[in-house]
Amino acid sequence: MCNAKVIPISSYTLEVFSFDILDQINIPLYASYVSAGFPSPADDYLEDRIDLSKYLVQNPTSTFMMRVKGSSMQNANIHDGDILVIDRSLKATDGLPVVCFLDGEFTVKTFRKTNGKTYLYPANPAYKPIEVTEEMDIRVWGVVVWVLHKPVKL
Amino acid sequence: MTTLFGLCDCNNFYASCERVFDPTLHGEPVVVLSNNDGCVIARSNEAKSLGIQMGDPFFKIRNFVEHKQLYAFSSNYVLYGDMSDRVMQTLSLFTPNIEVYSIDECFLDLGDFYDVDLFKYAWEIKRTVAQWTGIPVSLGVAPTKALAKVANKLAKKSAKANGVLVLTEPYHIEKALQATKIEDVWGIGRQYAKFLKNHHINTALDFTNASESWIRKHMTVVGVRLHKELRGQSCLELDEVAPPKKGICTSRSFGKKLTSFNDVQEATASYAARCAKKLRVQKSCARLVTVFVQTNPFSEHDKQYYNSKTICLPVATNSDMELIHYASLALKEIYRPSYYYKKSGVIVTDIVPERQIQYDLLDTVDRDKHTKLMKVMDGLTDRFGRSKVQVAAQGLSKSWILKSDYMSPCYTTRINELPVAYNLK
Repeated sequence: MCNAKVIPISSYTLEVFSFDILDQINIPLYASYVSAGFPSPADDYLEDRIDLSKYLVQNPTSTFMMRVKGSSMQNANIHDGDILVIDRSLKATDGLPVVCFLDGEFTVKTFRKTNGKTYLYPANPAYKPIEVTEEMDIRVWGVVVWVLHKPVKL
Repeated sequence: MTTLFGLCDCNNFYASCERVFDPTLHGEPVVVLSNNDGCVIARSNEAKSLGIQMGDPFFKIRNFVEHKQLYAFSSNYVLYGDMSDRVMQTLSLFTPNIEVYSIDECFLDLGDFYDVDLFKYAWEIKRTVAQWTGIPVSLGVAPTKALAKVANKLAKKSAKANGVLVLTEPYHIEKALQATKIEDVWGIGRQYAKFLKNHHINTALDFTNASESWIRKHMTVVGVRLHKELRGQSCLELDEVAPPKKGICTSRSFGKKLTSFNDVQEATASYAARCAKKLRVQKSCARLVTVFVQTNPFSEHDKQYYNSKTICLPVATNSDMELIHYASLALKEIYRPSYYYKKSGVIVTDIVPERQIQYDLLDTVDRDKHTKLMKVMDGLTDRFGRSKVQVAAQGLSKSWILKSDYMSPCYTTRINELPVAYNLK
């Protein structure tokens, strides 16, 4: 019997350990030479500098990026020209911003589930929410996990 | 110890990659064209139903494309390569041991998973890959690699299996072998298939029923291994790490016919640089450089010419500059003016690991300097993209570059080619 080796995996609960991080691990260079004077008191406290891509991307194999065009989500702080970080491994739940495929285009909307009905909400009073029915061919493509916005010079 | 293998195969992989980023293509016929938009190298099921064959030249199907009855794409290997990586990395979460067999196929060692509900586990794998990457896959599971191939093929074909087939019961294995034609068996080429049919071996089952000594006599040890594999005795292990390549060839057809030395030389220099890069990636150096040039053998009006030249380097190298230098010397010897060249190529052989180079006492090249420079160049390429920094001999005109009129964006690898989310509604 080799029960011990078997790990039941569900992709929703799975905590992803990404192997490609291994070859990126930077070994910190010690801040001082061995022979020259007193060792830096910080040597024992060195940590890796923050790696943004590790912070923004939890699951590299299922993470994609898209560029935003248009303003229908501006009240949700998703603006024209922003870059979206999208994780396909996450399940769309009520209130999350999602990328969906609607009428031949990708678009971002807030996913809403109320009283057994599903809606896609824009975040701009000029646009109307859409109720998703069985017949409509609407697919959620992925869940938006970060919005990258470059500030404009005022 | 009992063995168990899974074979995961991406369905219509190239077409599926295009569909992830353009879902309107779902259910539509899609083909992907070879380098230079020459002929069809991949088809979606819908394109197969239209009667389009592998290798069909593009002009034959152009009419369909222009009338929007068929969607054609130039091959976008940057995109397919990244999507393949994503699929393989997702698969590697399900078992520690995988063998990436090709860009769209992967063997999984499931030897420790006999106690698991295999059918459920296989479905979980298929579902996860589809959700995470958007790529549909088929999965065959069986006690040997050859049987996993059989299972995979049937999983794809049978509507009932719907993409997943687990063959562990002897009765199921027998049924599957019976349903597999001999020419569809992994490793049986056209010649052997013909030979076996002449001996009334028409299915994989007939093959397993033949005696081992008969197979050994007619099909060598390779046939015996396959025979054993199909009978459920595992002979082929998982090759987890691909051995370093023994020869590397970079060769392309030009986008248009070239005749001037400078144009052919620029193309050849770029191919030499590609070879050097491939050598650096696998941490080895090459000592022999072969360059060949060729006119278009299909063009009846043109004068025909083919020639090649091999040069032995004093010291094995993987530096762009050195390889380009020697490739140019070789090209100078074989180049003849007034021909219309269609293709050139660079092949490097006699490959040795970087650390086992035999140096030359009279070597005048500063190898440390080359190594440092190449490291910096590779770093810049990783950061800013290909051809931003290059050896000047590769040229800037790029008149030889491949034709790819129907290329989709590199959605996942270039920040200025990201897919767009339209927030206009």
